Amino acid sequence: MTNKLSIELDPRQIRRRKVLNTLFSATIMILSILSIIPLFLILTHIVKEGFSAIKPEFLVSLPKPVGEPGGGIANALVGTIMLISIATILALPVGIGAGLFLAEHPKSKMGELVRLSVEVLQGIPSIVIGLIVYMICVKPIGNFSALSGGIALAIMMLPFIVRTTEETLKLIPTTLKEASLALGAPYYHTILQVILPAGLNGIITGVLVSIARIAGETAPLLFTAFGNPFMNMNPLKPIATLPHLIFTYAISPYDDWHALAWGAAIILLAFILLLNFGARMVAGKFGMDHSA
Amino acid sequence: MTTTKTFNQRDLIFKKGIALNAIGIVVLLAVIFVTILFSSRESISEFGLGFVFSQNWDPIGLNFGALPFIVGTMLTSILALLISLPFSLAIALLLGEYSPKGKFTGFVRSMIELMAGVPSVIFGFWGLYYLVPHIRNLQMALGILPYGVGIFASSVILAIMIIPYSSSVAREVITMVPRSLKEAAYSLGSTRFEVITKVVLPYARSGIIAGILLSLGRAIGETMAVTMLIGNNNEIPKDIFAPANTMASVIANEFAEAQAGLHMSSLFEIGLLLFIISIVINLIGRLVIHSINKSGGK
Repeated sequence: MTNKLSIELDPRQIRRRKVLNTLFSATIMILSILSIIPLFLILTHIVKEGFSAIKPEFLVSLPKPVGEPGGGIANALVGTIMLISIATILALPVGIGAGLFLAEHPKSKMGELVRLSVEVLQGIPSIVIGLIVYMICVKPIGNFSALSGGIALAIMMLPFIVRTTEETLKLIPTTLKEASLALGAPYYHTILQVILPAGLNGIITGVLVSIARIAGETAPLLFTAFGNPFMNMNPLKPIATLPHLIFTYAISPYDDWHALAWGAAIILLAFILLLNFGARMVAGKFGMDHSA
Repeated sequence: MTTTKTFNQRDLIFKKGIALNAIGIVVLLAVIFVTILFSSRESISEFGLGFVFSQNWDPIGLNFGALPFIVGTMLTSILALLISLPFSLAIALLLGEYSPKGKFTGFVRSMIELMAGVPSVIFGFWGLYYLVPHIRNLQMALGILPYGVGIFASSVILAIMIIPYSSSVAREVITMVPRSLKEAAYSLGSTRFEVITKVVLPYARSGIIAGILLSLGRAIGETMAVTMLIGNNNEIPKDIFAPANTMASVIANEFAEAQAGLHMSSLFEIGLLLFIISIVINLIGRLVIHSINKSGGK
């Protein structure tokens, strides 16, 4: 009778379960380590191949024709900076405005529709955005241009800015807003002077992260900014960018150009890392402000 | 009184201005959809539904069908998901369940974040000069034509690229599994393995599926790395090592040189299909995530 109440513990079965448990833990560890190995392979490969290309003149001179050693990526650096500036100028006000709207009217029908649109926008493949900007900007102007590339990148940035703005503003206590309104400050004053400054760090973080995300985008630039082997400062003319330069030189058959592309890859990665690092610094500050 | 009035007016203008930005996003989406639909009208009216089922792709004879690219896209993305799944699950379990805090976990987490930031074109570049020679050796050992580039090379790169995405959603859901459930299982004498397979994973199942859907959406739309590694061949691939083309890569390869008219319009229609497929997959994935967030877990 008492035997039936106590559970039969077969030592062999216990050992089997323990072994299985250990094996599973080990598998998790091994698979996790294996998944980050490609990153190290990529980083070491880029540094090995591209480090020799990076000299002071690399950043300030133009690419040389095939056969001539040296040369640089100045045109692509200028292009990337110009495109990012155009995209940020276009996307920032709309993104913050729409994020503000979502934070202020979270449950309204309009809010739901806007939120859905933002999610759909975020899911559009980047190459499709390139196609659309080709139709609405490149074709009417008649040639590829930096402006159209900037518009394509702005469309890619927009959803991120809206979401981070909305999420940041949601975290700001309503008491802050109520206090301002109770003091007699008008609504727009409350938003511009109280709410937005309180969320500034969060919004800056979002913008930095979204710039980091678009800085390496190539697909939307194939038929918009197009690329240009020369220096260009005119936003209505085709322009070179770092990711596009890496692409065209990578698939070219020339070793000189490969070296240039590896060098450009180091610069692009360093730039993206720097942006992410900056975003984390700002975000850290934001977090501390909140706990204080 | 006058000052209050102007304040009220300014408030109204301000509120309208904000709403205008929000409406602008809806309008932008509408413009995008109409533009791509409008640009594919020639091809839609010429080929109709047959476009999706035809495997002709003949820019000279002006006869177009998207089947090879749809097959190529599905093969590369699903193969990539299969390759990445064990790795992303392992990372999600490590970060979400085994040791959410701790030095090693922190290191793995920052490396995965770093990986998410590497641009697609750099993955493709590395794949072309590091991965492809290795795959070529593998193909020689297997006794098949050593193209190197093709479906398999693209899938491996895609698998590496989507690990950060699928693992991050899965990790979030795994951390949401209630502690009381796990403790109950431990107190009954379960090992960690049993808690994970019988409590954590079943509970987090829908979140893991959502993560898989979102990364599938990314893999389908991914362009640059695939364009560099797929081998650019407009035929239905015969096996997983064959060179092929995906919907995104055929646009990237041919659009700049396409003649205005039927060729360009067909590429737009491929873009339209790509747009619809990725949006449907994305929305289903997000819907699942929203319902998880609302119910706080399951």
